[in-house]
Amino acid sequence: MTALLQVLFDALSLGSLYALGALGIALIFGVMRLVNFAHGDYIAFCVFAMLWPSIDAAAIVFAGNLPTVILVPFILAVGAGLSVLSEIVVFRRFRNANPATMMIASFALGFVIKYFLLMLYSSRPKSIDLWSSLTRQIEIAGARIPPLQAITIGVTIVILVTLTVFLKRTRFGLEMRAAAENFTMARMLGVRANRVIMLAFAVSGMLAAAVGLILVTQTGTVDINMGANLMLVAFVATVIGGLGSLPGAVLAGYLIGAATVIMQVVLPPDARPFRDAFVYGAVIVMLIWRPNGLFASKAAKQRV
Amino acid sequence: MSLLSVENISVRYGQLTALRKASIKVEEGETLFVTGPNGAGKSTLLKAIAGVVSPREGFIQFAGRPIAGKPPEDIARLGFSMVPEGREVFGGLTIEENLRLGTGMRADKDQTAKDLEQVYAVFPMLKDRKDQQAGVLSGGQQQMLVIGRALMAGPRLIAIDEPSLGLAPKVIDDVYATLIRLRDSRGLTLLIVEQSATRASLTGGRMVLMRSGEVALEGDARELVRGEALRQAYFGYGEH
Repeated sequence: MTALLQVLFDALSLGSLYALGALGIALIFGVMRLVNFAHGDYIAFCVFAMLWPSIDAAAIVFAGNLPTVILVPFILAVGAGLSVLSEIVVFRRFRNANPATMMIASFALGFVIKYFLLMLYSSRPKSIDLWSSLTRQIEIAGARIPPLQAITIGVTIVILVTLTVFLKRTRFGLEMRAAAENFTMARMLGVRANRVIMLAFAVSGMLAAAVGLILVTQTGTVDINMGANLMLVAFVATVIGGLGSLPGAVLAGYLIGAATVIMQVVLPPDARPFRDAFVYGAVIVMLIWRPNGLFASKAAKQRV
Repeated sequence: MSLLSVENISVRYGQLTALRKASIKVEEGETLFVTGPNGAGKSTLLKAIAGVVSPREGFIQFAGRPIAGKPPEDIARLGFSMVPEGREVFGGLTIEENLRLGTGMRADKDQTAKDLEQVYAVFPMLKDRKDQQAGVLSGGQQQMLVIGRALMAGPRLIAIDEPSLGLAPKVIDDVYATLIRLRDSRGLTLLIVEQSATRASLTGGRMVLMRSGEVALEGDARELVRGEALRQAYFGYGEH
């Protein structure tokens, strides 16, 4: 029972991170068929925004010292700002390019952001103490659970509910869903392309910022590559979920989180270092079974 | 001045010339049919007006403004409402969401609410199923939905590409009966691409016949169908 509770919390909190990452990618893919590989670098950028630029080994915390009620909106704004800026400066020029070209552009943008951070902060990982009390474990029914896990799960649920209400109940949400399904037709009904796309980038950037905040609290380190691994998993999740399907991306994020944690528990100790090989093996089987993902989006189906 | 005037526009897809200096005019309140064989450039003409494809030359004016090369949303906002070929229903949205999508650009919220009731009065089937996903509708029902959706945008002109495509004859009759009713009761201006010249003559209005990207013939739909010129222009014999 105790072990089960522990596994459940581990799976849900890891899955939450993956789900938020996958959602950030799926949102952009939905409106403009762009797989944004710079998303992982947005995550790192948002975290570095808390530090004063310096190449010293010790982190000079700057914005990170702000009270939480200001810090969180500030970092979310940084994420939204960076994301919207990359749309205006880079992706807008590739609006009608083919998806492969857009993807390469996003890789390039990711490198630009990464080396920009490298220039200002050096490549050395730095430790930072943000809300570290949240990682101190507390015992619930014998399971050792850091409050951060519960908060991660809670925050993710709040974000998912907010986003669902936004998409289902607001004019902007309606236009975004329509644009994801058939952008040309939406425009012929007066939906402004630039506004919808910029909004999708803003929301996606805020999701990257949220992931960054959770990650840095968990690990206590700031590293220019901190978003890369998560971005890869999140991308896999969007593919498994069915590219363009938001519920699919979230669910697949949780599935991969759960698979990773469960493999860690059930694999024989000798095989545990190769856990990821088993996880991605399962991904391959999954994709052979359903090449379009669990929930192929309507737009993807129509094209087949 | 005409509500819509298209002058000498040409459109090319790569090597293929889809439109060759085509010109049409649509007056406020009239119905203009665009007919012609497959590949004559009928759909391309509508797409060029709607801003989905850009003409490489020529001039398009709608509601007193030049619109060639403008983005589709700007043209829609001037009151040009398009029902494209294949209907393009948003299958993942509910029926009411489909109808509401085009109302975002309208300022007259009271009239919008009245229009929604009117659309539901014309298509009671849509009201019964307003919270269902539009993807579940049959082809004929989807055609009704997209006509309703075009109406909800509060347009000055509705352009419809092949409203009878893929529908059973009985359903086509229904669609046209509805269009005629709407035209007569609301004074709508209609621009309809229709492969069947007979259907155009039954509905009444003006007609242009397109062939190989050009306007080959123009006149009253009924007179054209009665005469011999249409057949000749359609099949092209006696011209070379």
